[in-house]
Amino acid sequence: MTANTTRFAPLFEPRGIVVAGASSHPGKFGFVALHNILRHGYRGTVYATNRDGGDILGVHALTSIEQLPDGAVDLVFVCTPAAANVELMRACAAKGVRAAFVTSAGYAEAGEEGRAAERDLVACCEELGMLLVGPNGQGVVSTPASLCAQIVAPFPPRGRIAIASQSGNFVSSFQNYAVATGIGVSRAVSAGNAAAVTVPDLLEYYADDPETAVALAYVEGVADGRAFYERVRAVASRKPLVLLKGGTTRGGQQAAASHTGALASDERVFDGMCRQAGVTPACSVEEAFEAAATFATQPLPRGTRVAVLTTAGGWGVVTADAIARSELELVALPDDLRAAIDAKLPPRWSRNNPIDLAGAETRDTIPEVLELMARHDEIDAVVYLGLGIQSNQARMMRTGRFYPDHGLDRIVAYHERQDARFARAAADVSAATGKPVLTATELAVADPENPGPREVRETGRLCYPSSNRAVAALEHLWRYARHRARREQE
Amino acid sequence: MTHTLSEAESKRVLAAHGVPVPDERLVADPGAATVAAGAIGYPVVVKLCGAGLAHKTERALVRLALGDAAAVRAAATELLAAARPADGPVELLVAPMVHGNRELIAGLHVDEQFGPCVMVGIGGVLAEAVGDVAFRLVPLTAADAADMLDDLHTQAILGPFRGEPPVDREAVSAVLLGLSQLAESDPHVVSVDVNPLIVVAGRPVAVDALVEVE
Repeated sequence: MTANTTRFAPLFEPRGIVVAGASSHPGKFGFVALHNILRHGYRGTVYATNRDGGDILGVHALTSIEQLPDGAVDLVFVCTPAAANVELMRACAAKGVRAAFVTSAGYAEAGEEGRAAERDLVACCEELGMLLVGPNGQGVVSTPASLCAQIVAPFPPRGRIAIASQSGNFVSSFQNYAVATGIGVSRAVSAGNAAAVTVPDLLEYYADDPETAVALAYVEGVADGRAFYERVRAVASRKPLVLLKGGTTRGGQQAAASHTGALASDERVFDGMCRQAGVTPACSVEEAFEAAATFATQPLPRGTRVAVLTTAGGWGVVTADAIARSELELVALPDDLRAAIDAKLPPRWSRNNPIDLAGAETRDTIPEVLELMARHDEIDAVVYLGLGIQSNQARMMRTGRFYPDHGLDRIVAYHERQDARFARAAADVSAATGKPVLTATELAVADPENPGPREVRETGRLCYPSSNRAVAALEHLWRYARHRARREQE
Repeated sequence: MTHTLSEAESKRVLAAHGVPVPDERLVADPGAATVAAGAIGYPVVVKLCGAGLAHKTERALVRLALGDAAAVRAAATELLAAARPADGPVELLVAPMVHGNRELIAGLHVDEQFGPCVMVGIGGVLAEAVGDVAFRLVPLTAADAADMLDDLHTQAILGPFRGEPPVDREAVSAVLLGLSQLAESDPHVVSVDVNPLIVVAGRPVAVDALVEVE
């Protein structure tokens, strides 16, 4: 274990937790936090303190930290008022607590007095050797420990994305996407005022963390640009790091003497810094999440050559346009692949890339063509469109008054089985070839229970809500792969 | 306080870091300009050159495509007459007429947050309006320079273009690495503009340049 891993262990893998300032009022932070910790089955022992004692959610509340057993608790989740917290830290440290997540407000965000209180809190934790996260943060999640010490945000499924954010609301947004897509999270921290532990500190931990495959961060201000660059570069040299940036566009630059100066908007310099560091910059919350989810679930492409499989023309055309606008390449269909598909289909298929089956597919066509595509040496990645459309029809049949008669039960079952099979085939061939195979359909959001997208989730992959979003995610993977490859050559 | 170097001095600084510049002569008077033009070969360009002349095009202090000695003499005489007392000492820069359909821009900028950074983009008089540029922080590696060219949206300009060969990416990368070295070796440099960086037979040439120092 590195020093960093040891330092963060009491936050992410605590043996016991105490909620300081637990409340019996279900509208209060101190109640909700305790509720969420208990509700999601945290495996360690949970303690709570409350000035008046009593029983909260079945936990006997202690009236002071002094009543805690020695060495039973690693993490204190702080919901008490700012004025009480320095004393609380000392009492906790005396009981062997090694990390504090401070949700309390009234610190640097609240004027001069708050800034002084924050300095005192930081100094106290430094003196005690206590890891301090927050203050004014929304919470911490660690799925391997079944730990949901947070409010508002849902508890995500376990997975390989680790989140660090200066804004608690984005932690919530990312975890909402995790729940909706099934692409899970390892750790998540809302750093609040980041008085001691900062977003880069967390990212460095994630780079070491065996539970984490990709880091996903939101940053607003960057105090020391150079230091930030060096640190995120070191993280990205080990694992993909997706950065959602806020407040990097300050509008136009002030009048500059040079063209270069006039062109040097904050956003352009920030973007260039990200690219140089190997960081994946994203402009929207869904772009950021989907990039991270793709890093977590797809192999990196070894080149730019993309082939598209579609069951209908229009989808393929729009996808081809999206690829043309990207740094990816819509590869010319190799002759031998064309011949191999010719052997399986009547001549009305497109005979080009996108491979448009034009409704000519029979029972085994889609898995077979996916296999031919992914295994071809001149193809680096596959985008598959049209999953779930037959199950969409099946749904109408299943929910209509003619079901299950007239043979509807059999055809419905067939379509649903087929779509699940196609989703499975896309994941299997990707795993077998080590190439990304991305499945896109709006049914991912329009009808998540459609057997196509549902099976994509079952395979642990993301079902992209549109081909454009699949292409955008794939382009992020390609840029990262190229960044790594170019630097391995140097 | 910052000040700009003359074009000739700016190019001398850049050339020392491997930025290709045209074969130019700095001369004092119209007679010497015609001698220089003869040595370079016609057609030539004559520009008024001085540390105080950061914006020559706006003041029409550049005369292009001069085909013979008489034209050079006339242009040189007019340019010297156009100098203002505020311009300080001025000279004449005689340069070959460089032809290329493609213009890039390259430069250095000290960002408030991230410090010195190198830029490359689509250049010429429309550079700012087009805004197709990429930045990287100093120091650059060869991989960073290659990435910068890939970042530009107008990739068609970098390929074979109107009968000209594709842009020599290595040669453009060398310019960017040279700018990075300059920033590292001389912390007094606060900005550099190389605009246009004209692509001649695929290779970049710094036709105009402005270095600003502290």
